[in-house]
Amino acid sequence: MVSTLDQIFVLLKHWIVSLLPAVLQPVTGVVLSVVAIICVFPALFAISVLLERKGLGRMQNRIGPNRVGPLGILQPVADGIKSLTKEDIVPTNADAVVHFMAPVFLVVVVFMGYAVLPMGRNMTLVKMDAALLFYFAMGASTELAVFMAGWSSRNKYSLLGAMRAVAQMISYEVPLLLSSVSVVMITGSLSLDKIVEAQNQYTWGLPHWYIFTPWGCAAFVMFAIAATAETNRSPFDLPEGESELVAGYFTEYSGFKFAEFFLGEYVGMLSISGLGTTLFLGGWSAPLEVLGFVPSWIWFFSKVMLSICVMIWMRGTLPRLRQDQLMNFAWKFVLPFTLLILVDVVVWRFMGEGWLRWVVCSAILLIAYVGIGRSEMLRKKIGPRSYRYAE
Amino acid sequence: MSIVFWILSFLTVLGGLAAVTLRNTVHCALAVAIAFAGLALLYLQLDAQFAGFAQILIYIGAVAILVVFAILLTRGSDTPTDGIFSRTWFAGTAIAAAVFAVLGWAVIQSVHALPHETAAPEVTVNQIGNALLGRYVLPLEIVALLLTASLVGAVMVAMHEKGESK
Amino acid sequence: MTALGGYLLVAALVFAIGLGGALTRRNAILVLIGIELMLNAANLNLIAFWRYGPHPEALTGMMFAVFSIAVAAAEAAVGLGLVISIYRHTRTTDLDEMNRMKG
Repeated sequence: MVSTLDQIFVLLKHWIVSLLPAVLQPVTGVVLSVVAIICVFPALFAISVLLERKGLGRMQNRIGPNRVGPLGILQPVADGIKSLTKEDIVPTNADAVVHFMAPVFLVVVVFMGYAVLPMGRNMTLVKMDAALLFYFAMGASTELAVFMAGWSSRNKYSLLGAMRAVAQMISYEVPLLLSSVSVVMITGSLSLDKIVEAQNQYTWGLPHWYIFTPWGCAAFVMFAIAATAETNRSPFDLPEGESELVAGYFTEYSGFKFAEFFLGEYVGMLSISGLGTTLFLGGWSAPLEVLGFVPSWIWFFSKVMLSICVMIWMRGTLPRLRQDQLMNFAWKFVLPFTLLILVDVVVWRFMGEGWLRWVVCSAILLIAYVGIGRSEMLRKKIGPRSYRYAE
Repeated sequence: MSIVFWILSFLTVLGGLAAVTLRNTVHCALAVAIAFAGLALLYLQLDAQFAGFAQILIYIGAVAILVVFAILLTRGSDTPTDGIFSRTWFAGTAIAAAVFAVLGWAVIQSVHALPHETAAPEVTVNQIGNALLGRYVLPLEIVALLLTASLVGAVMVAMHEKGESK
Repeated sequence: MTALGGYLLVAALVFAIGLGGALTRRNAILVLIGIELMLNAANLNLIAFWRYGPHPEALTGMMFAVFSIAVAAAEAAVGLGLVISIYRHTRTTDLDEMNRMKG
């Protein structure tokens, strides 16, 4: 009974596919999985948008939207109807083809990342040997879409927003990859299924998730910082900051194209939260051995929604970073610390089981964190502000 | 010679042609990104998954962005007044056509001597990792040194020198 | 026309297109784009021979192609740095105008 509930989507798909003639079966199987992903994740996008507006409202001591439906639940529906029926304005000077293709390209590339995420036991769309490399290749392609959007609008503010967004995404891509490499080094495989299976073991009832190791905790924090910066979320949302750049690279987009960008941003957030849970939080495995009867896909989606709630919480709490502070932070703190985490993983792996490796690895990371932090603070001259004008 | 191969080849060649004949430089850069994507898909068709994903990650994710930034920094997006092709365009096209003729003739002549289709090799990333640190460790270290040198060199060459008069 | 022959012809065509672009365009950056196309065509050749040749388990072709991708990226970075530096000096990227050795 329990395993039936766990595999219910897989069994449903096999039953539907078996009803068709043999020649159509492979194509139908793939199409069914793709349709499922395209239906589920935009629904989660609607839930996240609502959660964000109500959550941010409560954090800012106000109620969020509460007019449409009881407690504002139907607000995403209203937003969708609004975006679909608004007039689509394209500036006369804009490059029409590139202006049209940019949001389409962004949404396509962002949805491709879901092909390799294991959403439950046996619930990965494509089992690939180099799955993590595929995911990062899709993530790298979003930068080009952002640039296309900003440049084709022929608007100085859009272009500036696009350049800033691309610079930020490139800077934080390296720490994102390096913190995932630490997980790959311990597991010995780039395949996300194997990474989840390596975390699906229990000692004294507690799971072997990588976040419960010293290097895993540090790597998860670095991954979270880099992921927030990659998806242009606050506190790294200078490229779309309203007080600086109107709306950054999607200023000139209205109606459905703006909705596509919005969808792309939130679906990207869900996607990278999915990757974070797969790499560090154990994917679809349950937190305690006794809770193994709960279906695996429920665990995966709860962890993803928990990550989304933490991102919304960060947005409501932290102030926005300036562009140079953001880049300094990436290259001078996050990247060296990530390299140190790699060294720490090696020490962990070759030290043998026992309590000593916990102490040594945690000590390395804590001393480095405090050391780098102190040296950065000493270099800053805290005093009256000096100005340096652009040449 | 499947239909997928024809579609991908058509996409790649079209992207390449657009990249060298379009008027607007940024359009050329975006067209060459399409050509890179087509080539990456051709690598996937040839069962070289690591090379295909590395191609997307490096070429579309980094080289295309680099080219676009360079175009923006050098005002390349303003189209020139007296034509986009240089004065010696005829010689250039003739040389390119001659090179293609020679290469094509060589391939067609030697079709019977080329290796035949074999079963797809099962290459895991594990094997690639072992090869990189086993048989190919010297090229790996040299490439690392080369990349560091080119990084430092590119920054030095393009840096704004202090006190330089504009 | 075997499958390998097809891939080699496509690679030759992309190479010729890249060569034509590098030889006929005025903008220095488009010359670099042509060079990148040529390098990519060579990579396609390497991977095609790896796939259809003897001993694909030795991984020689794929390794060669991956190193070639890395080196091409490094060379693109340095080349574009040079173009930017020259632009700062002469205010143009037009190759037809850069026909004298005077600095």
